[in-house]
Amino acid sequence: MSREEEIRAELFEHTLNGHAPEVKALTEEGLKLGMDPMDILFKALIPSLEEVGRRFEKGDFFVPEMLIAARAMQGALVILRPLIAETGAKPVGRYVIGTVKGDIHDIGKNLCVIMLEGAGFEVFDLGVNTPPEKFVDAVKQHEPDIVGFSAFLTTTMPMFKANIDALTKAGLRDKVHIAVGGAPVTQEYARHVGADSYAPDASMATRMAKELVGDRSGSSQGAQALEQAVMKIDETLRKG
Amino acid sequence: MVISGDSPFVIVGERINPTGRKVLAAEMKQGIMDRVRSDAEAQAGAGAHMLDVNAGIPAVDEPALLVAAIKAVMDVTNLPICIDSSIIEALEAGLSAYQGKALVNSVTAEEERMERILPLVKKHGAAVIGMANDETGITMVPSERLALARRIIERAADHGIPQEDVIIDPIAMTVAADPTCGLITLETMRLIRDELGNNMTCGASNVSFGLPDRAAVNAAFLPLAMHAGLTCAITNPLEPQIRRAVLAGDLLLGHDEYAMRWISTYRADLARAGQ
Repeated sequence: MSREEEIRAELFEHTLNGHAPEVKALTEEGLKLGMDPMDILFKALIPSLEEVGRRFEKGDFFVPEMLIAARAMQGALVILRPLIAETGAKPVGRYVIGTVKGDIHDIGKNLCVIMLEGAGFEVFDLGVNTPPEKFVDAVKQHEPDIVGFSAFLTTTMPMFKANIDALTKAGLRDKVHIAVGGAPVTQEYARHVGADSYAPDASMATRMAKELVGDRSGSSQGAQALEQAVMKIDETLRKG
Repeated sequence: MVISGDSPFVIVGERINPTGRKVLAAEMKQGIMDRVRSDAEAQAGAGAHMLDVNAGIPAVDEPALLVAAIKAVMDVTNLPICIDSSIIEALEAGLSAYQGKALVNSVTAEEERMERILPLVKKHGAAVIGMANDETGITMVPSERLALARRIIERAADHGIPQEDVIIDPIAMTVAADPTCGLITLETMRLIRDELGNNMTCGASNVSFGLPDRAAVNAAFLPLAMHAGLTCAITNPLEPQIRRAVLAGDLLLGHDEYAMRWISTYRADLARAGQ
């Protein structure tokens, strides 16, 4: 096995296990050896985070493991970002997300943000207690492929409908895919309010989002990279 | 029933809640209350002192469903009920249907909710859980949660609700997402006990969300919280680890004279195992 192959394998392993210092060191070593930043990203880091997602869906991985894996990956992205930016690459897709008005639960939503960013999306996180107008404005401004609404309470779930109505009124309903999720939400309810998709957890939400933009924009864009997503992750890191 | 810092810890059974329980949700939706009744009996048998009743199912008539569930619980046990809904109309319907002094779960420091829920609590002579958050979300600063608790207690007093009928929820969040959450909650409890002296309850099972072997984490959390001032918790008495942790906590904190409850529970378990 060449050292490059070893680095890919080790990056995969260490990201999977959330070892941030090792992921950072391996990324630096790979770059020094002349590895392509895109290669590091798409052949090691993203597949690793996908594996994290698969294990989480199966119940083999738990929330903290998902968080440290994503954090380890973010450490590498900070290094890769400026290099990828030079290539003028585009994100896989754009995603506007927020917890609906009246609801302040954010753990599930934040997991979605981390996983989506890890998958190469440019994510616009509107935070918690997000009124319909704010979703409308964000969809208008960012023209995302997908907008995601999160609700944790049966009382706040009706805001899905309110958000969808607001988007319809603004003439934006057909321009964006609407995904919903949150503890009490079901597939049936998602259909009932007129959402386009429902995901039971962050990993599934990310997988569905990737399939969707893959379908929509072909693999060429998907194969390009992540400048803005990475910038966003960078920002999150600085804040955190 | 008495909840206080000088009496045994009060367990509010959490099981009658369709969130995350698909079978229960499906049955309740069709008006089938058999599982609600058997859950009530099982929790009563496992040492619950009060039962939380929640009927939060999407796209149903939650007030009507909550009333049906409360009635089903009243059919099989005399334990007091904690009426749990985020829908104010459901709280109102539940209070009207319940015979006895209910605990309302819950009000927050949000202006609109306080002004709508507290009059209902007063009207029905109920007690209320006051969650230490407001419109802006959940603060991670213990002194700020204390200030929110104080605001709820003062507003309740304005509505004629005595301090002993306000049980503060200092808010337990999962340590899976942020390892400092546990300490923040415990510190908030200490502050509320020392500064306000109110009873406190929390959704104790929240602390372990996203982790494996949740019962063990919950069981460790409860005695820590009891020592910090928690007097009551919404948790699962059907988990033997949790029940034992609470009993042992009471014993160690001097709320079980001559270890009589500890010993008699041990004997009862032994007898059941021998059957």
